[in-house]
Amino acid sequence: MGLDFTVIPKHIDIILLGCLWTIAITAAAALLSFFGGIFFAVIALYAPAVIRLPFRLFEWVFMGTPLLLQLFLIYFGLVQIGVDLPAFVAGVIGLGLHFAVYNSELIQTAILSVDKGQMEAARTVGLSRGQALRKVVVPQAVRAVIPPIGNNMIALLKDSALVSVIGVSELTLSAQRAIGATYRPFEFYILAAAFYYAINLGMEWVQRKIERRIALSR
Amino acid sequence: MDFDLIVRVYPFFIDAAGVTILLSALTALLGLACGALGAAARLSRFALARFVGATYVSVFRGTPALIQLFILYFGGPQIGIELDAFEAGVIGLGINAGAYMTETIRGAIISIDKGQKEAARTLGLSRWQAMYKIILPQAARLMVRPLGVNLNMLIKATALVAAISVVELTYTAQRYIGSTYKPFEMFLLAGILYMIIIYATGRAVAWLDRRVQIT
Repeated sequence: MGLDFTVIPKHIDIILLGCLWTIAITAAAALLSFFGGIFFAVIALYAPAVIRLPFRLFEWVFMGTPLLLQLFLIYFGLVQIGVDLPAFVAGVIGLGLHFAVYNSELIQTAILSVDKGQMEAARTVGLSRGQALRKVVVPQAVRAVIPPIGNNMIALLKDSALVSVIGVSELTLSAQRAIGATYRPFEFYILAAAFYYAINLGMEWVQRKIERRIALSR
Repeated sequence: MDFDLIVRVYPFFIDAAGVTILLSALTALLGLACGALGAAARLSRFALARFVGATYVSVFRGTPALIQLFILYFGGPQIGIELDAFEAGVIGLGINAGAYMTETIRGAIISIDKGQKEAARTLGLSRWQAMYKIILPQAARLMVRPLGVNLNMLIKATALVAAISVVELTYTAQRYIGSTYKPFEMFLLAGILYMIIIYATGRAVAWLDRRVQIT
C-alpha cells in the first residue's frame, strides 16, 4: 500500500477540530500548572513539616513515574471513588498536576535566589510574611523563571498527545478517527505531526516575545 | 487497599518491569548513538551536515514522541518498514531520545574552552586528533550528569509503548486496571517499580559522575 495524501482534504475538518482541542487542553493545563507550580513551591518552602513532608513524597512520586501511568490513575481512580469527570477535565488535571510539580522545582530555586533583603525590607515596612511573599518575593521569582517554564509548556503541548489514550478527542485521537475511516495511518499521523510542529513553533515565537519584554522591563 | 490482589498479580508486574528495563537499556544505547551522530553533524564544518543535524533535533523535539511511534509502527508498513511493536518502540524512542541527547552532547563539547582546540592545533594535531584526544575527554566529564537527566526522561517515556501494546509496566498496569477496577493498587505496584528503576539509575549516574571528575 503506497502513500496517497489526496485522502486528507476530506477529513481535514476533524483534524482541525482536534487541533483546537489540543490548544484548549494545553492552555488549560498550562494555566493550572503555572499557578499550581507557584502554590506547590510555596508549600515546599514554607509550609509546616506535617504538610511539607507528605507533599515531598507526592512530588517525588509525580517525578518518578510516567505521565501516562498518572493519567490512567487519575482517570480511572476518580471514577472508582465516585467522581465521574469528563475525560477532558481528567486530562487537564493530570497534565496540569504533572507539570505543576516540574514548575514548582524551578520556582523553588528562583524563590530561594531572590535576595534576602527583599523579604526583610518588606517585613520592615509592615507587610506580614504572607503579604511579603505574595507581593514582593514570588513576583520577582516568577519573572526569573518564565523562560524555563516556557520550555515546560512546550513539553506539555507534546505530552498532551497522551490524553488521547483516555479518550479526549484532541489532535492525536482525531487523527486516529480519520485513520479508522481511511486506513491511512502514515498520511494522517504525518499530518498530525505537522500540526503539532506548527503549534510548537507558534509557542516558541510567543516565548521569545515574552522573554524580550521581560528583558526590556528589567 | 486490596493486598491479596497485589500479592496475586505482582509477579506479572515484575516480568513487565524486566521488559521496561530492557526497553530502556536498548533505547538508551540507540539514543546515545543517534545523539553522538547528531552532535557530530551539528558541529560539522559542512553546512549541509549542520542543516541535517539541526532539522533532526527540531523535528524530533518539536513533535510528540507518541506520534513518532505511531508513524513508525502503524505508518511504517505503508513505506515498507515492518517492525514488531517492541522493535518499533526501541527504534522510535531511541531516535527521539537521540534528538535530546544531541543537544546535551553538543552543549558539553561547545562549553570546552576554545583555547584548548587552538593549542592542540598549534601543537600540530589534526582537527580529528584535537577532537578525540583533547576536547572529547574533557567534554565527556561534563556530559554524564545531563545525560543522566536524559536517561531519566527516557525511562519514563518508555511507558508510551503501552499505546502500541508492548507488554511493559504501564501496559500491564492498564490491563489490570481494566480487569480488576483497582486503579490505586495497580498504580502503587507499577509506580514503586518505576521509582526503583529510576532511583537505581540515578544512583548509578551519580556514581559514574563522581568517578569521572578530576578533583
